[in-house]
Amino acid sequence: MQESSYLDQPRGLKSWLLTLDHKRIAILYLIAVAIYFLAGSVFALLIRTILARPENPLVTAQHYNQIFTLHGAIMIFLFIIPATPAILGNFALPLMIGARDVAFPRLNLASWYTYIIGSLVILYSLHSGAADTGWTFYTPYSTQSNSSVITTTLGVFIAGFSSVFTGINFIATVHKLRAPGMTWFKMPLFVWSLYATSIIQVLATPVLAITLVLLILERVFGVGIFDPKMGGDPVLFQHFFWFYSHPAVYIMILPAMGVISELIPVFARRKIFGYSAIAFSSLAIAFLSFLVWGHHMFVSGEAEIASVIFSLLTFLVAIPSGVKIFNWTATLYKGRISFDPPMVYALMFLFLFAIGGLTGLFLGALASDVHVSDTYFVVAHFHYVMMGGAMMGLLGGLHFWWPKIFGRMYSRFWSLTAAVLVFIGFNLTFFPQFILGMKGMPRRYYTYLPQYKPLNVLSTVGAYVLGVGLVVLVWCLLASLKRKRQTLSNNPWNAGTLEWTTTSPPPTQNFKTQPVVKHGPYDYEEMVAERT
Amino acid sequence: MNMNDNPHTDALQHHFADMEQQRESAKLGMWLFLITELLLFGGLFGFYTFYRASNPEIFYNAHSTLDVKFGALYTVVLILSSITFALAIYHIRENKRKQTLMLLGATVLFGVIFLAVKGFEWAHHIHLGQLPGKYYTFTGIQGTNPHIFYSAYYMMTGLHSLHVLGGLAVILWLMVRTRRGDFSSYYFVPLEMTGLYWHLVDMIWIYLFPLFYLVG
Repeated sequence: MQESSYLDQPRGLKSWLLTLDHKRIAILYLIAVAIYFLAGSVFALLIRTILARPENPLVTAQHYNQIFTLHGAIMIFLFIIPATPAILGNFALPLMIGARDVAFPRLNLASWYTYIIGSLVILYSLHSGAADTGWTFYTPYSTQSNSSVITTTLGVFIAGFSSVFTGINFIATVHKLRAPGMTWFKMPLFVWSLYATSIIQVLATPVLAITLVLLILERVFGVGIFDPKMGGDPVLFQHFFWFYSHPAVYIMILPAMGVISELIPVFARRKIFGYSAIAFSSLAIAFLSFLVWGHHMFVSGEAEIASVIFSLLTFLVAIPSGVKIFNWTATLYKGRISFDPPMVYALMFLFLFAIGGLTGLFLGALASDVHVSDTYFVVAHFHYVMMGGAMMGLLGGLHFWWPKIFGRMYSRFWSLTAAVLVFIGFNLTFFPQFILGMKGMPRRYYTYLPQYKPLNVLSTVGAYVLGVGLVVLVWCLLASLKRKRQTLSNNPWNAGTLEWTTTSPPPTQNFKTQPVVKHGPYDYEEMVAERT
Repeated sequence: MNMNDNPHTDALQHHFADMEQQRESAKLGMWLFLITELLLFGGLFGFYTFYRASNPEIFYNAHSTLDVKFGALYTVVLILSSITFALAIYHIRENKRKQTLMLLGATVLFGVIFLAVKGFEWAHHIHLGQLPGKYYTFTGIQGTNPHIFYSAYYMMTGLHSLHVLGGLAVILWLMVRTRRGDFSSYYFVPLEMTGLYWHLVDMIWIYLFPLFYLVG
C-alpha cells in the first residue's frame, strides 16, 4: 500500500492555493517559474530569429527593443532570481536541516502570491506598451521613453518583496530550526549557500525597491533626481541600480553553486574536499558582492580612482569562486564518478562556469573592458555565467531532487539526450557571441553590419538546438509524472543528507520522527558503516 | 519534539518545538525585516546626502521655510507614542489586558496627531507652491534649483508617513485582537514585533527632524 505523502493529502485546488507546506509552495513556485521561463525563452528565440539577418523586416527596431527588454526582465526577475532558492531551496532546505517547515510558513505563501502579483503587473505592461529600456532601466532614457516603464518597474518592485520574504524566512529557519545535532558545520553546503544568498536578498533588494520608486516618482512628478537640468544626476541611478543588481547576480549564482556542492560528492562517492572553505567562500562572495557595483560603470564617467578600486575589488571575487572550483575539482579527483543526469549537469556547470568566470576578468580589467563594453562579449559572458552556471545548477538540482519531490524517476536515456542537446545548443549560441563582441558588434541593436552575419546565423541555429534540448528535457520530466509511483528507493542516489532518509515523496510532516544528526552530510564511509 | 502533534488551536505553531523557539524565530525575522526597512530608507538618505553635498546653500536657505515648532511637536508626539507602546507590552506581560488596550489606544492617538499635523503642514506648503520637482512654483528661496529641498522633503517624510499609517493600521488590528483575548503573558509575539517596527519608525523620524528642520 502507498504511504500518504504531501502530494496526496489534503486534496483539492484550494488546499494547494492556501497551503502552508514548504514542499507544496515549492511546487507552486516550480509551476509559475516554469511558465515564465517558457515566456522568456520565447522572447529569446524571437531575438535570435530577428538577428538571423541584418535589417530583418520581421519587426521594427522599437519592437526589438521591447522584446529584448521583456526577455531580460522576465528571465532575471521572474526566472533566475526566484528559481533555485524558491523551488529547490523551499523544498530541500527544511528537509536538509531536519525541520518540520520553514520558520514562517505564512510568509512563505505570501512570497508566492507577491511574486504572482508582481509578475502579472509585468505581463500587463505588454498590453500597455512594454518597456523598451533594457532590463536595467537606465536614466535618462527611462525617464523619457514613451513605453510603460512605470508598469514594468512597479511589477519588478512588487516581485522584489517575494525575494525579501524568502530571504528572511531562510535566515530565520537556518538559525532557529536545525535538528538536534545539526551544528553549523554539519549543514549541507546547499544550506550554506542559501544562507549566503538570503543575506544578499535581504540587504540588496530594498535598495532596488527604493531605486525603482525614485524612478517612478521621477516620471510621475518630475522630481529631478536623475535630471541634470534640475540639479540631479543620471549616473546616480546607475550607482543605485548596480548596488542592488550586482549582488543580485550572486543571488542567482550562489544557490546554483550550492547545488553543485551537493551533486559532486554524491556522484563522485567522495567526501567533499574543503568543506569549510566552500562554506566560507559563499559568505565571502556575499560580502564582496556589495563592493564591486562600480565595475558596471567603467565607461559611465565615474572617477578614475573609483574605477581602479572597483576593478581591484572585482578581481577579489575570483578568489572565493576559484576556491569553490578547485575544491570541486579536487573532490572529483580519484572519485568513482557516475554519469547520472544530475552529475552531467554538474560537470557542464564546471566547464561553462569556468569560461563565464574567466571572461568576467576581461570585463573586470579596465583596459580590456573599454574595448568590449556594451558588445556581444558582455552578452556571452553573462549567459555563460547565468545560463551556463546558474541554470545548469538549477537543472542539476531539479534532476537530483525530482525523485524526492514527486516520488518518480525520469527516463535516464531521454534526460541525458536532453542534456547533450542543451550543452551543444548552448555553446553554439553563445560562443560565437564572444567572437562577435571582440570584433565589435554592439549589443541591443536590431541590426548589424553584414560581416557579422555568419556568426549570427550560427548563434541562431544554436538557439534552436538549445530550444529543442529544453523541450526534450521538460517532456522527459513531465512524462515521468505519468509513470507509476513504484517502489522507488528513498535514496536512489545514495546521498548522505537528511532529505534522503524520509520517504519519496515525503509525508506532510517531513519526518516520521525527529531526526537526530550524528554524522556530516558527506561522510559516506560512516553512512555505510551505520547501515551494516 | 513530537512531529505528529498538530495543536493548531494553541498559539504554538506546529513546526516549532516550544514557545521560546517560536518567539526567538519571530524576533530574528522581525530584525531582518527592520534591516530591509533601514536599507529602503538608506537609499533615500543616500540621495539626500548627494543632493545636500552638491547644493549646501539651497538646503540652508530652504530649511527656514519649515517651522521648527512643527518638527519638535512631531518628535515629542512620536517619542510619547513609543513610550505608550512599550508600556502596553509591559502590561500584557503582566496579563493586564485593559491597561494594554488603553495604552495601545494612546499610541494610536499620538500617531493620528502626527499624521493630522503633518497633513496640515503639507497642505500649507502645497498652498505656497512649495512642491516637488517640476511643480515647484514658490519664489522665496534663493539659489538655483531650490525645488531640490522639497523633492527630498516630500519623498522622505512621505515614505515615513506611509510607514506611520501602516503601523497605525496594524496597531488597530492588535487592539481588536487584544480585546478578543488573543494575547497574554504566554503569547504576545505580534505585539512585541509591531513594537519593534514602531520604534524603528520613530527612530527614522529622529533623523529626519534635524535633516530637514535644523539645517545649519
